[in-house]
Amino acid sequence: MSEVLQQPQYHQDGDSAQAGETLLQIRGLEKHFPLSGDFLEQLRFEGGRLKRRQEFVHAINGVDIDVKRGETLCVVGESGCGKSTVARMVMGLLSPSAGEIRYDGQRIDDLNPRQLLPYRRRMQMIFQNPYASLNPRMSIQQTLEEPLRFHHPDWSRQQILDKIGEVMASVGIDPEWGKRFGHEFSGGQRQRIAIARALAVEPEFIVADEPISALDVSIQAQVLNLLMDAQEAHHLTYLFITHDLAVVEHFGTRVVVMYLGRVCEVAETRTLFDRPRHPYTQALMSAIPRLEDDGPDHIKLPGEVPTPVNLPSGCVFHGRCPHANDRCRHEIPQLIEAQGSQVACHAVEEGRI
Amino acid sequence: MALLEVSNLDVRFALRQGEVKALRDVSFTLDRGERLGIVGESGAGKSVAAFTILNLIAKPGYIADGSIRFDGRELTTMKPRQLQQIRGNKISMIFQDPMMTLNPVLTIGEQMIECLKAHRRIRSRDAREIALNKLRQVYIPSPERRLDQYPHELSGGMRQRIIIAIALLLDPDVIVADEPTTALDVTIQAEIMELLLELCEKHNVALILITHDLGVVSQVTQRTLVMYAGRVIEQGPTREIINDAQHPYTQGLINALPQMATPGQRLNQIPGSMPSLANTPPGCAFHPRCSFSDDANGERRRDCREVIPTFVRSGNCDVACHMVRELVESRPSESDASDDNSHKHREAL
Repeated sequence: MSEVLQQPQYHQDGDSAQAGETLLQIRGLEKHFPLSGDFLEQLRFEGGRLKRRQEFVHAINGVDIDVKRGETLCVVGESGCGKSTVARMVMGLLSPSAGEIRYDGQRIDDLNPRQLLPYRRRMQMIFQNPYASLNPRMSIQQTLEEPLRFHHPDWSRQQILDKIGEVMASVGIDPEWGKRFGHEFSGGQRQRIAIARALAVEPEFIVADEPISALDVSIQAQVLNLLMDAQEAHHLTYLFITHDLAVVEHFGTRVVVMYLGRVCEVAETRTLFDRPRHPYTQALMSAIPRLEDDGPDHIKLPGEVPTPVNLPSGCVFHGRCPHANDRCRHEIPQLIEAQGSQVACHAVEEGRI
Repeated sequence: MALLEVSNLDVRFALRQGEVKALRDVSFTLDRGERLGIVGESGAGKSVAAFTILNLIAKPGYIADGSIRFDGRELTTMKPRQLQQIRGNKISMIFQDPMMTLNPVLTIGEQMIECLKAHRRIRSRDAREIALNKLRQVYIPSPERRLDQYPHELSGGMRQRIIIAIALLLDPDVIVADEPTTALDVTIQAEIMELLLELCEKHNVALILITHDLGVVSQVTQRTLVMYAGRVIEQGPTREIINDAQHPYTQGLINALPQMATPGQRLNQIPGSMPSLANTPPGCAFHPRCSFSDDANGERRRDCREVIPTFVRSGNCDVACHMVRELVESRPSESDASDDNSHKHREAL
C-alpha cells in the first residue's frame, strides 16, 4: 500500500515548527551539458544531406529535494551521479536547464547576480580540495577579508579585523598566523581556513561538497567535529555532499541517495541504515568496508554505471537491478512513501522487495 | 624461511634543505601466500616502503641502511639486470591511479604482450593467448575485444582489473598494491578487493596492501603494520589490531572513525597532525599528540620525549610504545594478564 506523491511531503518531527520549516526547495531540477561543441561542429553530412546533431550529458534529470532548517541533509552517490552538480546549482555556480530552486520561499535560480547578492551572504560553500580552493597568492588575512569587505562595505577596518580574529579562533587557527599563505598550512588546517571563510559572513546555510574526502582519517575527525560545533553555535543548515556512507551515518539528519542524475531514495539517516529499500541503496550499503568480520555480504551489481549521454529508458537503474521487470524498463518510477522512506522503485511499490 | 624479509631499512632523501628520513628502522617479513596490510596516514612512509621493496627509489632518495631479502637473495645490492628478473616477474606492483599506470597510446594487448616479452622469450601469438587468459581470470567481459582497445575506452573499475591482470601476467609470488582502490567508487572498490582476495588465495600469491582505509585492511589482510612518521609503530594479526589496538596512535586512528562514535556526537579526534619527516620530534614521534603520555604531574613523560621506543611483545602484537612496555613489564604473570592490562589502557582513553 503506497501512494504516488506529486511532490515529496516529509512527515514533520514533532520537535518544533521552526526545525521542520523548509529552507531550500528544489523541484524538477534538470541540467544538461552540451557535448557536441558549437553550431558548426554539430553539422554532419548524412545521406547526402546536411544534418544538425546535438548530444547532451544528462547530468541531472528531474530532482526534487527539500532541505529543512537546522538539519544536515546528506546527498550520497557514486561519481557521476550528479551530486556535485546539484550543489553547484544551489549555489548559483551553474544555471539549471529546467526546474526551480527556492530559498526561504523565494525563487533564486533565475535571479541576476545583483539580485542574488543578499542570498550569497546567507549561503556559503566549502569545497573538496583545500589546496585548490585557497588562492595561493593571498595571505590568510586577505582570504578572510575579501568576503567581509564584499558583503559589508560599510564596516570599518577594525570591525573586519575583529571578525577575522573571531572566526580564526573559532576554527582553531591562531589569529597570529594571518600573515601566512595557504601553502604554509597542512591539509587539515587549510580546510579549517576554508571553513572560516565560509563562516565569516555569518551564513545560515552551508553547502559542503566532499569537505573531508581529501583529508587523512585523524584529520577528518577534527574537521567533522568542527563542522558539528559550528552547526550548534550558529544554527547552521548543511547540504552535505559525500560518497562516504560512514560519515553520513554519523553526521546526517536525512539522506538523499542519487543515481545517474535521479533521486532513488530519501529517508531519515537511521531509517535508511536500518532498512535500505531501494536496490541501489542496498548494494551501496553492502559495499562499505567494515571493521567487523561479520559484515553483510556484498551485493554484486552486474555491469557498470551507464553513460549519462544516452540515458536508459524507464528506471535509470534497471540495467543493473536484480529485481527489474518490464515495467522498470519503460516507466520512470516516482518517489513514493514506503514505511518512513521515500523510494523511487517499482519493485518496492509493487511489494516485490 | 620467509619469502620476503625486510630488516632495519633506512631510506633517506637528500634534499637541499637537508636530509629527509623517510623510513627509519623498518623491519617486517612476509610469508608465501600471506596478506599483509600497511596502514598509515599520508606522510607516514607507506608508499616509500612499497617502492623500496621494488627498488624503485630514485635520486635524491637512497637506501641508507638495511636489507631486503627476497627468497634468500639480497635486493638492495643487486645489479639492475638481475633485479629485472625479480621486479615485475616475481614481485609485481599495482599502483593507485589506473589511468596513470596504463600507457594511453598503446592498446591493452600491446601493453600486456610487451610485458611478457620483456621477461620471457615468447612468440607474440602465445603471449596474446596468456594475456587473454589473464583477462578472463579477472572477469573482463569480452576479453578478445578488450585486447585491441585503448585505456581511455574503459571505465575506472575495468582499468584497475586490467592492471591486476598485468600484475598477474608472469605468475608473481608477491603483489605490492599501493592504494589500489582509493581512486574508485565504493561499489567498484568492493568488487576489486574481492577479486584481489580471490586471486591471491587461488594462486597462493602474497599481497602487500598499502592503504589508509582500516575497513579495507580488516576485510582483506591477515597481518597489519601500522606506520607513523617513517617508523613501524605496531604490527600483529589484523583482527587483534582492529579489535584491541595497543599503541595510542592506532587506538586513536580506529576511534576517530565515524562508526566508532554515537551518531550525532563528537568524534574522538587525535589532536594536531602528523609531523613533517624533515622535522620529526625527538623520542617517540607521536608524543606531542599522545593523550596518555602525561606523568602524574601532568607533564609529558621524559622517556616519551627523549627515548625512541623499541618493540615490546603484547599479546601477538609488537608495539613500539613506552607505556605499553611499562604495562607489559608490570604484568604479574604472562598468562591471563593481557586482557586485564589492555582494559586498563582502554579505560584511560
